[in-house]
Amino acid sequence: MSEFLQQLINGIAWGSIYALIAIGYTMVYGVLRLINFAHGDVYMVGAFAGFYAARWLKISEEPTFIGVTGVLLFAMFACALLGFIIEKSAYKPLRKSPRLTALITAIGISLFLENAGQLIFGADPKFFPQIITKKNLIAGGGVILTNQQAIVVGVSLFMMIMLQLFIQKTRTGKAMRAVSFNREAASLMGISIDKIISVTFVLGSALAAAAAILVALTNPKIEPLMGIMPGIKAFVAAVLGGIGNIPGAMLGGMIMGVAEVMVIGYLSSTYRDAIAFAILILILLFKPSGLLGGFAGEKV
Amino acid sequence: MTKNSKFFWIIWGISISLLLTSCAKKEDLVLLGEYGSLTGVTATFGKSTQKGIQMALDEINQTGGIEGKLFKIIVEDDQSKPEEAATAVKKLINQDKVLLILGEVASSRSLAGAPICQEAKVPMITPSSTNPKVTQVGDYIFRVCFIDPFQGEVMAKFARNTLKATKAAILKDIKNDYSVGLAEFFTQTFEQSGGTVITEESYSEGDIEFRAQLTALKAKNPEVIFIPGYYTEVGLIARQARDLGITIPLIGGDGWDSPRLVEIGGEALENTYYSNHYTPEDPRPEIQNFITKYKEKYNEIPDAMAPLGYDATWIAFNAIKLSGILKEENIKKAYTDKPNTGSLMEAINTESNRQKIRDAIAQTRDFTGVTGVITIDENRNAKKSAVVVKIEGGKVRFMETINPS
Repeated sequence: MSEFLQQLINGIAWGSIYALIAIGYTMVYGVLRLINFAHGDVYMVGAFAGFYAARWLKISEEPTFIGVTGVLLFAMFACALLGFIIEKSAYKPLRKSPRLTALITAIGISLFLENAGQLIFGADPKFFPQIITKKNLIAGGGVILTNQQAIVVGVSLFMMIMLQLFIQKTRTGKAMRAVSFNREAASLMGISIDKIISVTFVLGSALAAAAAILVALTNPKIEPLMGIMPGIKAFVAAVLGGIGNIPGAMLGGMIMGVAEVMVIGYLSSTYRDAIAFAILILILLFKPSGLLGGFAGEKV
Repeated sequence: MTKNSKFFWIIWGISISLLLTSCAKKEDLVLLGEYGSLTGVTATFGKSTQKGIQMALDEINQTGGIEGKLFKIIVEDDQSKPEEAATAVKKLINQDKVLLILGEVASSRSLAGAPICQEAKVPMITPSSTNPKVTQVGDYIFRVCFIDPFQGEVMAKFARNTLKATKAAILKDIKNDYSVGLAEFFTQTFEQSGGTVITEESYSEGDIEFRAQLTALKAKNPEVIFIPGYYTEVGLIARQARDLGITIPLIGGDGWDSPRLVEIGGEALENTYYSNHYTPEDPRPEIQNFITKYKEKYNEIPDAMAPLGYDATWIAFNAIKLSGILKEENIKKAYTDKPNTGSLMEAINTESNRQKIRDAIAQTRDFTGVTGVITIDENRNAKKSAVVVKIEGGKVRFMETINPS
């Protein structure tokens, strides 16, 4: 029983990372109908931005709450800027082209970021400094929950709730929902489509950066190709929850994380990547709109 | 100055520089090749090996080379990837046309490069690939280190006799030939000497999350965990194991040996042990001399990869000397056999010469290297002793030497 509980903790901590990345995919898809394949690489850039900020601020020598928040905010800001630039330079000029063109551009941006990362940061893995001193919050009955894991889950949940409030309660959020529902009609109502799309990219990229910093807390190895696998997994999580649906992305991420950890713990690590794709195939077969995705009627 | 004359000067400048570089190329150096992981997940392996090789190269060139011929080593980076290793070896053989190849550290990458060397009949010496399959590729492939059956035996006996463990667990890298092989040999000896391997879990190179595997291992209550992996993952595994409250000893093989291991793992590495090719704490004069020279040159203490690279290079030089292909009469003969040849390398890089080098390497007996006395056996492996070291307070401490039976 204690083993199962421990695995559940491991799974939820791991799943909240997927959830944060998946939200970025889902938001961009919801507004633009574009699968932003560069999202996993924005996550990688976030990790490196945090790495250099932590080194520059010398956080690891004396971890402070303000320092850690500073690193997190800096990485989020850097990625928000990157997301903004990517959207303006790569996707905006293609707004009127067929959707396939934008998709291929996304793959191009992804490859560009991966290789530029290797050029600038080097292909060697780097080790993220310990910016939070480890403590055990719960240690008993064979179950251990460290403060780092708790922070991962807590910060993820906090950000997801904030995002949800933003989308449901603010005017910009309302505009985002409108654009997602019907772009032409939204623009006729006086909503600036370009502005809303930029906001979407900025938010999604900032969340990817937050995910990267949280991963680096508990798994402190970062390298330029680190975004590929989590990117794909988070994409599957987004589809699982219903692409375009934000609570769906959170649910999908959690399910993916827990499923992976359980498969490794009780079956074998070799099935770990297989489970993600098995879930993807099953969901596409039985509920293509995803767990929480609504029915999207084809417009004729 | 008119536009045209400016153009003329540019062309003139380019041609002169081309002329100069082509002159420099004509210099009669003997070319050897090296492929290694200078970047990527096991970057310190390649870098340390390269430093050891460079030291041997500088030494031979400063003492006048062999028969007055100086050497040059062309280094190719394989980014710690087997497919890149194959490309690097092809380039060294087909484009640079080297006489002999040194490398790789990791068995998976040596296994990618070795068949190409064997096919082209270019001798290859790996400084530190310990998987038995590497030299089984063919009669042109050699190594100067011990092999995994021995290393697995050493750690199994250590776990059984010194740590007094009866129940062991294994966490191996399923995609890595070295790791899978080592796990198998460990299990064999451990079970023969009365212990049981109660559970095995696996991961893949590049993973960062190991808590699921470790939680599963912990539930079975082993007394020791054998992790035959490389330092990047081992550091993270140790950290996460301690996070989960696993305090038992963690043990491993020479893949742990890197200055970065402690940087990654930190305090989590207390109570861990691994087998290695050498330890800088060994008082043998060869080792201490090597360390002094190495410190002077690079200002750091060498890990095991550097002296192995150094030994491999000296065995190569020795074999080239013994083969006699650089003797003046033989070079003259090579030039007459191959008229219209420009450089020394074009003349001497023939199949029969490379075979002579191969034969000379195979005859290496009792070569006193830094990492021990090296004798190449009939399977082209080196028979040598191993050491077991302990990590204590972030430092590597010598525990015991174990000789081959």
